Amino acid sequence: MTTLAAEPAVAVRRASVRRLPPLTVIISFVVVLIMLVLTVVPGLVEPYNPLYQNLFLSAAGPTHAHWLGTDSNGRDVLSLVIGGTRSALIGPALIAFGTVTLGASLGMAAGFLGGPLDAFVNRLADLLYALPGLLVVIVIVGVVGGGYWLAVLVLLLLSIPGEIRLCRAATSVQVRLPYVEAARTIGLPSRRIIARHIAPNILPTIIATFLLDFVGALLGLAGLAYLGFGTPPGAPSWGALLYAGESLLQQNPWLSIAPAILIIITATSVTLIGDWCYERAVRSGTDR
Amino acid sequence: MRITLFLLRRLAGGLALLVVLSMLVFGLLYLSPGSTLQVLMGSRPPSPALVRALNAKYHLNEPVVLQYWHWLEGAVHFNFGVSISVETGEPVTTLILDRVGLSAELALYALIIVVLVGIPLGMLAGTRRGRATDRGISLVSTAAVSAPAYVTSILGLYVFGVALGWFPVYGLGTGFAGRLWHLTLPALTLAALLGAIVVRQTRAAVLDVVSQDYITFARLRGLRRGRILLKYTLRNAAVPVLTSAGILLIIAITAGLFIEQVFSLPGAGTLLLTAVTDKDIPTVQGLAMALGILVVVVNLLVDVGVLILDPRTRFSTKVR
Repeated sequence: MTTLAAEPAVAVRRASVRRLPPLTVIISFVVVLIMLVLTVVPGLVEPYNPLYQNLFLSAAGPTHAHWLGTDSNGRDVLSLVIGGTRSALIGPALIAFGTVTLGASLGMAAGFLGGPLDAFVNRLADLLYALPGLLVVIVIVGVVGGGYWLAVLVLLLLSIPGEIRLCRAATSVQVRLPYVEAARTIGLPSRRIIARHIAPNILPTIIATFLLDFVGALLGLAGLAYLGFGTPPGAPSWGALLYAGESLLQQNPWLSIAPAILIIITATSVTLIGDWCYERAVRSGTDR
Repeated sequence: MRITLFLLRRLAGGLALLVVLSMLVFGLLYLSPGSTLQVLMGSRPPSPALVRALNAKYHLNEPVVLQYWHWLEGAVHFNFGVSISVETGEPVTTLILDRVGLSAELALYALIIVVLVGIPLGMLAGTRRGRATDRGISLVSTAAVSAPAYVTSILGLYVFGVALGWFPVYGLGTGFAGRLWHLTLPALTLAALLGAIVVRQTRAAVLDVVSQDYITFARLRGLRRGRILLKYTLRNAAVPVLTSAGILLIIAITAGLFIEQVFSLPGAGTLLLTAVTDKDIPTVQGLAMALGILVVVVNLLVDVGVLILDPRTRFSTKVR
């Protein structure tokens, strides 16, 4: 490439670094930051102990003392919702991390090496695409009678084949490019080509899928908890609160509305950040 | 000839899926805690007669492979045994047939809304790309697609059922009009989710079609807008939209389960939840196989539909 052609590309790249992310993305980052604080130190903002029961105040509407009212056991709804952040985020974070680590490495290996591993992984992904995944989790977790961590494990296992397929597709595009050919020609081992050359190039896909997997797992786990499967023992959970509030919609609708709103804004914020990261990475990739 | 071969391949793929699914479904018996006999007895009082009957029915003294074979023999004839705890003694097939009607009504109602509202909105957004109409429709559909069914249905139940009092909160109503009235809110919730997906698919497909040369040429020839929209744009955009029907079905099944639960509708989804909670394994097995068959049949119908809709695919069907 000549110097003349390279110069405008550099200028464009500088401009894209200096540009601030759009307002929606900034708000999303703030939301996620708040959620992280609530996950790490919920006690800092909880007005009450979420498990403290005041049976004189059963299912009361909002007051000055209890901004979002109380549930049927007289527990403070605001504190319950804040306390539920931890179980709402930790499971999905583990699922997304596990899916991306295992799925991306297997996917890149399948795309790079081909052969029987590739064929097997493809059939497996076909099978799982044809089944309603969340229903499989409901049946397994319900029949086995396991809790939160079993739900996390099953969701993790079910989301791996999809991740493998996405990374495999991204890898098979890269494998045909000259730089992989060059790396092969100078005799680099496959492991090094995958880790040092292919992985950085499909990073946008990996980041986007990490955040997408996170959102999917968040909605899945909350849905399971709503149905009464895989709730964390002794800790409040958004899905379980949603269910408890359904029969109290007349008395104190906030018990359902508050977790519903939190689920929606968390999922939307993470999705928006994912889209933004993906677009940014793709843009800087083409400028390079 | 090529088409027959292509459809046969698809059929074989579907059957393979059902075989794998049947193994997983049979495995549920062994996954549940307790011995198989205990699982099958459920909460019924153990008696020698019951033990003998179960042993004879499930061939519990034979190796697992033979047990599976006997179970599969029954399953092929839609005989999944009797319900253990949901409605003790009732054949699973009868139980499913009793409940599946309501789910089908809900799905049909939602489908009508989706086709009548979702597809026109998607076409509108696609033909007015970048204008306020398009941006508005796209924004709403993006929001609707990312909210889970259990959240939207509870919010809908609160806003339109409890706070505004426009729709009944529970029950099924009497007569056709009553049933329609009681199913409206659940159907709208399901249609919002599916419709959002259909709007996005239709918009993308229409965007692709309107940039084609034959549309420009049709406009050049001075054909009326309505004719171009129906005969050229809609027909060509229909293929990718129809192809997404398989994914829509999967989403509808999961969303329908949550919606039935929120609105306490005694459909197939609620039956599955009760069966899972009560550890009624034969009922769970029957429902899972029924779902598998539904998915395979719908995917086959989609394949045939695409072949009918777009003659070009009849020549390009890949026989791998």
